[in-house]
Amino acid sequence: MRWRRVKAILVKESLQIVRDPRSLVIALLIPLLQMFLLGYGISLDVKQIPLCAYDREGSQASQELVQRFAASPYFSLQGQAANYAEVGRNLDNGRCRLAIVIPADFSRTLNDAGQGVVQALLDATDTNTASLAAGYASAVVAGYSSAVQLKSIERHGGSVQTLTPVEVRARVWFNEDLVSRNFIIPGVVALVMAIVGAQLSSLTIAREWERGTMELLISTPVKPMELMLGKLLPYFIVGMIDACICLALAVFWFQVPFRGTLPAMAFTTGLFLTVVLCIGYYVSVSIRSQVGASQVALLLTMLPTTLLSGFSFPIDQMPPAVQTVTYVVSGRYYVTILKGLFLKGAPWTELLLPILCLTLYALVMILLAARAFRKTLD
Amino acid sequence: MTANAVAAQIVVDALVKRFGDFVAVNGVSFEVARGEVMGFIGPNGAGKSTLIRILCGLLRPSAGRALVAGIDVAQDPEGVRRRIGYMSQKFSLYNDMSVVENLRFFGGVYGVSRVDMPDRLRFAVDMAGLTGREDALVATLAGGWKQRLALGAAILHRPAILFLDEPTSGVDPSSRRRFWELIHALAQDGVSVLVSTHYMDEAEYCDRIALVNHGRLIALGTPLELKQRSLGGELLAIEGERLGDAMASLQSAPGVRDVAMFGSALHVLVDEAALRLPELEQRLTAAGWTNVRARRIDPSLEDSFVHLVSSSAAQAGAAA
Repeated sequence: MRWRRVKAILVKESLQIVRDPRSLVIALLIPLLQMFLLGYGISLDVKQIPLCAYDREGSQASQELVQRFAASPYFSLQGQAANYAEVGRNLDNGRCRLAIVIPADFSRTLNDAGQGVVQALLDATDTNTASLAAGYASAVVAGYSSAVQLKSIERHGGSVQTLTPVEVRARVWFNEDLVSRNFIIPGVVALVMAIVGAQLSSLTIAREWERGTMELLISTPVKPMELMLGKLLPYFIVGMIDACICLALAVFWFQVPFRGTLPAMAFTTGLFLTVVLCIGYYVSVSIRSQVGASQVALLLTMLPTTLLSGFSFPIDQMPPAVQTVTYVVSGRYYVTILKGLFLKGAPWTELLLPILCLTLYALVMILLAARAFRKTLD
Repeated sequence: MTANAVAAQIVVDALVKRFGDFVAVNGVSFEVARGEVMGFIGPNGAGKSTLIRILCGLLRPSAGRALVAGIDVAQDPEGVRRRIGYMSQKFSLYNDMSVVENLRFFGGVYGVSRVDMPDRLRFAVDMAGLTGREDALVATLAGGWKQRLALGAAILHRPAILFLDEPTSGVDPSSRRRFWELIHALAQDGVSVLVSTHYMDEAEYCDRIALVNHGRLIALGTPLELKQRSLGGELLAIEGERLGDAMASLQSAPGVRDVAMFGSALHVLVDEAALRLPELEQRLTAAGWTNVRARRIDPSLEDSFVHLVSSSAAQAGAAA
């Protein structure tokens, strides 16, 4: 391998990237868009769940509960219903996902028996949102109960020991909304890197075939490995810039805590980027059209990273056969590493296994991609 | 080994290339000496490009052998690639890069050293006549400049052998002439050039030409040799009105070997021009054609080519 030839290709490829607005858009704008789209798409469904209340009592106590719902960031009060029929209509036409019905004897039972009962009606067509809504609703109610209990303690001069604080705390913990987003944003970073990386490199070889420049290129003494290195290095740099954009958005915009170290992040991201760039390159070598190659590259990276990396569905809840399949999904290792780095600030040693797997993966892909390219027209 | 074989830069021996059932190159053999310009003439689809691609190591031969600079293309294509320059049929420099960026790229992949690079770049830019336009994007250049730039890119590393696949197609006549002057200058320096074309007039610029049709080599020699040897007779040009219908009548006339349409005239190959010229004129006039004028002409390569193609087709027909 001669560095002179690698450099010639590297310079040429960089010039072409800079002069092709389309590839620059793919490189820089798409990750931004995807981060916002996916980042918000996911945070939207756990906040501002449309809610309607049917307060059959209309007392101070019952309205206080309704106001607690209205003040919660997880619910947005769409209005108060006047009867059951209206509640049913609101749920039917999708104006609200959750309806709270406060019985006419709410204050009385609360005061007399010390236990009020509130009915929650849920639209469970989207089970995920429904279970989240139920959880948040019970948390709001729990908050209300503890306030009522505190008041009653004060009134009766009773001691705190008579309460059941364990139950209360558990519900408040469940309420901590940021957990879901913190969990998901690192996965979004992995997804964006996978899509962008493979998209970038999927065009490089196909473009040469389409423009008719490949025939001359393969008539030169350039070696497949030199060609691959020279073509992928510029995209590697672009990919690392994308990684910086994603990381900055995750930390500064979405406020996800980053507890790991930057060198660890850079190293593992470099490994993952190598894998996806090589996947794109391999596809580009095999499919000699730009449109075809970019479609296949998208399919090969987006689907497995979305479904099988543990980003959206926990791997340990998948059927055993599917769990086995996830071992060949490179995103799996990167998502594990990212979650470790973002949330736990896990030290190197703890992430050794996924890092090792990803390294092995990168080496295999480099070899496959370099060998896939044949300097022949046959 | 003969003295000629020692000097030969390209040796092709019974070369065959099949694509499935289709035989693109069918048992072709020839040699090209150092400093020789060899022209490949034939219609589109004759197998010229396939042959050149095999010699550049881009396609593997199905049978036979090809040595380029003494290296077997099937065994060491990389060794061949280091020693050759190639201009593909389709223009294949990078349109979104400038003149000098393209040249620097090809210099780099051909391994031109940093020390030699400035000189080679200047030479290539001069040769292409692009001095002062080094920073122009290639997309903005006209056809003739592009072709010369592509030639410049192909010779940056001073190859001993050049393969040019229809380098002048789609280029205006004055650019074509200039291009051929460059080819001859390179040959003078000892570069062997194998160039394909479908322009018959360009064949006259070659030291030797090979006529190819349907993957077969149907004639090989200097332009003069081919014209004399292939025809085996003398040529008459007959002009007149609506002569197309006269072909059948002429074909059966005594002493006539071949008749072919050339524009509005008929070219007739006869055993002896002095004898047959008045005979044919009379025959046509008697049969009702008007304004018939016949004259003896020197055969062009196109005449030989048409004759050779039809006689090789006749042979193939007889064999089948």
